[in-house]
Amino acid sequence: MSFHPNDVARRARVASWGLFGAFMVLLGAFFWTQVLQNAKYALQSETNRLREVPLPAPRGTIYDRDGRVLAENVPGYSVSMLSPTVDSLRAVLRRLSATVPLGPDQMEAAVRRYHRAPNRPTVILTDAPFDVVSVLEEHRIQFPGLIIQSAPKRHYPDGPAVAALVGYTGEITEAELNSKAFQDSGYKAGQQVGKGGLEKEYESRLRGREGMRFVEVDARGRVVRDAGARRDSLPEAAPPLYTNIDLDLQRYTASLFGDSLQGGAIAIEPTTGAVLALYSAPSFDPNRFIGGIPADYWRELNSDPRRPLYNKVIQAHYPPGSTWKLATATWALQNHIATLDEHMPEPCTGGFQFGNRYYHCWDPHGHGSLTLSQAIEKSCDVYFYQLGLKVGLSRLIAGGVALSFRDRTGIDLPNESFGYFPASLDYYNRLYGPRGYSTSVVLNLAIGQGENAQTVAGMARFYTALATDGQEAQPTIVRKSQPQRRRIFQLDSAQFAGLRVALTGVVAAGGTAAASQIQGIVLAGKTGSAQNTQDPLHTHAWFVGFAPAANPTIVVAVLLEFGGHGGHAARLASRMIEHYLKVAPASAVQTEG
Amino acid sequence: MERRAILDYPTVALALILSVFGILMVYSAGVTDAPTVAMHLWRSQIAWLGMGLMAAFVVSRASVRLLEWAAWPAYLIVLAILAVLPIFGSGAGTAASSSAWFTIHGHRLGQPSELAKIAVVLMLARTLAAMKTAPRSLLELWKPALVVGVPWVFVFLQPDLGSSIVFIGIFFAMLFWFGVPWQLLLLIASPGVSLLLAFSTAYWTAWFLILIVLVWSYKPYLWEGVAVVLANVFMGIAAPLLWDHLKPYQRNRLLVFLDPSSDPRASGYHVIQSQVAIGSGGWLGKGFTLGTQKRLAFLPAQHTDFIFAVVGEELGFIGVALALTLFLALFLRCVRIATRANDTFSSLVAFGLTASWFVHVGENVGMTVNLMPIAGIPLPFFSYGGSFMLSSWLAIGILVRISSEGRGRADSLAI
Repeated sequence: MSFHPNDVARRARVASWGLFGAFMVLLGAFFWTQVLQNAKYALQSETNRLREVPLPAPRGTIYDRDGRVLAENVPGYSVSMLSPTVDSLRAVLRRLSATVPLGPDQMEAAVRRYHRAPNRPTVILTDAPFDVVSVLEEHRIQFPGLIIQSAPKRHYPDGPAVAALVGYTGEITEAELNSKAFQDSGYKAGQQVGKGGLEKEYESRLRGREGMRFVEVDARGRVVRDAGARRDSLPEAAPPLYTNIDLDLQRYTASLFGDSLQGGAIAIEPTTGAVLALYSAPSFDPNRFIGGIPADYWRELNSDPRRPLYNKVIQAHYPPGSTWKLATATWALQNHIATLDEHMPEPCTGGFQFGNRYYHCWDPHGHGSLTLSQAIEKSCDVYFYQLGLKVGLSRLIAGGVALSFRDRTGIDLPNESFGYFPASLDYYNRLYGPRGYSTSVVLNLAIGQGENAQTVAGMARFYTALATDGQEAQPTIVRKSQPQRRRIFQLDSAQFAGLRVALTGVVAAGGTAAASQIQGIVLAGKTGSAQNTQDPLHTHAWFVGFAPAANPTIVVAVLLEFGGHGGHAARLASRMIEHYLKVAPASAVQTEG
Repeated sequence: MERRAILDYPTVALALILSVFGILMVYSAGVTDAPTVAMHLWRSQIAWLGMGLMAAFVVSRASVRLLEWAAWPAYLIVLAILAVLPIFGSGAGTAASSSAWFTIHGHRLGQPSELAKIAVVLMLARTLAAMKTAPRSLLELWKPALVVGVPWVFVFLQPDLGSSIVFIGIFFAMLFWFGVPWQLLLLIASPGVSLLLAFSTAYWTAWFLILIVLVWSYKPYLWEGVAVVLANVFMGIAAPLLWDHLKPYQRNRLLVFLDPSSDPRASGYHVIQSQVAIGSGGWLGKGFTLGTQKRLAFLPAQHTDFIFAVVGEELGFIGVALALTLFLALFLRCVRIATRANDTFSSLVAFGLTASWFVHVGENVGMTVNLMPIAGIPLPFFSYGGSFMLSSWLAIGILVRISSEGRGRADSLAI
């Protein structure tokens, strides 16, 4: 009898224990999931529903020395999209393109950004014009994942006038995202970073801290609640950046170059290295780079033979020409190879025979027998050929190295070029083979030609040493408490005075830049004409100088590409100086008088 | 002598508490940020509860003898409906490709497999009760096997995997309650176990050795023993072939059960989201109607198959423990009713109905925490669904009747 009460009771016990066992197993499983694994699932639930919408931080404002704005932020709008899948993003983009102008390039860029960070809102338009934003706001209901937010937009009030020094910003590239430096600093796709100039050099100081807004989304990625899902973290604006730039001088310099001249100019305070102005011509408008460079503008800039994107003050090399004669002279004086009153054996007759070659002076009429001071004033090549021979090749090379013509100036801008100058005699041994060259190379080197090419900033730095007491100052754009100075040569005061007198003579009647005199200011400087490999008939024109000669407060270096004689550059430099020193131009005084 | 029916208050009370609890959860399931179909379903669920209560009342007025008499016609009608379901049936919701709904002119009238469960319990109880002794050999089991097997095949072909599992559960539970030796039950189940273990040669070999010992000790008829062993060998070989014959979604369900993260976007999505919902509930939950997983539509089928995940997310471990304790109390009460039933038929019916619920609860609740593979199977009194609410309360009515006819003392049972 299988249904005897005892059997039934026994089976009831088995069944009850079985039920209880199953109950305990289920309860255990829930205890494990809900209590022990709670933290893990709570986090997953949060990441499920919350999307971080980055709030871009306003970049630091860049000021000139008087608090005038070089770079600021203006209100702009960015349009981004939260999408659960890439297919959904593509579908929305297709629909969006019917409402707002959206090219296939922008769509592909958005898809690439999505792949980078699928959980971040995908930026579709970094800088949407107001009419696009208002159209989108109208159609917002059709695009549930759409996020329109105000995003500070970079603006350079002086645009092209400051382009060479402030640079510009742009969206971080794939390559940058993949680089370790950017990854370590926590950069994410779609962010704006400095791409050139101060914006790039001081990126870490200018970027500020991105804030975060949390929006709640549902399983389809639709934004359900815009705020209050979690406390937002507000963006932190970066502190302002104060520079040494004199915006007035900067603007004036840009206007001097105008549309026709090309080249570069830099103005430095000799005792501190403070950069007062830095301009490269032709310039470009950094404001057009914000929010994506228009393709035609980019093409135009890149195909321009005058190379507007190339910084002609810190990147381009030019043979320093006669401006370098001061290096030869300084080195000869310091090493007691010559004095300021010393005459060379051969007077200048318009040229100099050395070995089997005849070396021309720039002035075919000749200068006669000159002292070193006069040779500087007249820029006599024949004198410096002989001075070079007297110094000797290896000593002249050592001099160039000691005067830091192989170094960068250390200016606080990215992509600065090194000076191009031989390190030692080995350079010639490698280039021409041992003894494959004659000592005649020293002739070229002594007048700033040959194996020597310098940046405009580099030449300006050398003249800061001439303008002071032999200490060169590192050019700095951003204000620093401690100027970086380094002694590169040692002369006695009489020698300094003599050199200055000679340099003053350059800009005086009878000098090579006589036309650049300034009424009431004693200007000292040196012209130069750099051989130009592209166009031998049109040399680059140099002028490097300082003023007031007795107690210099400004050093200016100007290079005009294809500018011909250095006097043209001197004219531009002198106008910069008179503008800076607030002196009425000489010509104006003359008309009045 | 006329005897006044005594209402089994604990059973009714437990079922009522569970139903109210369930309707509250259906209400909560409808509270989502983007409106879903579930928004107003709690109202119709209340209506279904009302109909269920009425059905329970009517059934509780009917004598168990009447039920015994009605077992045959009910069983035949259910079989007929199941047989025509491939023609009139239609799918719904997540199981759109099946034909589990009885549909006429596009009106879905109900899911016959819910009523079929009760009819099968009645019919199997009647068949077993007609036997003098509990079967001791496979051959003696042909009748009960046929009673369950025929509707099982229909349900399995719908295909309604969940209900077919419930039929198997009912079958084994009632045979156990009738006193069929556990060894024999194990022999019947052995080919199925072989099928599951066939994926690992080591496990299968171990199982096969146990089976040999079992056959040797239980000493069934020679040909039965040989048949069981051969069936196991066959299953061991057939399993990989059978695997290839499974539909991709069925295969995925099993694979996802083993590792939900293997396919997080598609098949594993339900389990992962359900686990996240339950796991994020913690001790006390996020609060009634405040579950974020549910509100934001991450939780699939939140008002039907995965309603228990809403319990877990919003009421936490405390709520889960409360719900499970209520179920346990109801089941223990039902086992008590089965124990004190007046006759074999009543006792078997009571135990069969309990077993049916138990399989539902175990599978449904288990799958929400990945303890069980996903099978579309509702949670009694909780999941939204009219047929199931109605049939569950029908079963309560039957149990109440059996309880009132029972003598209340275990030793008064007689065969």
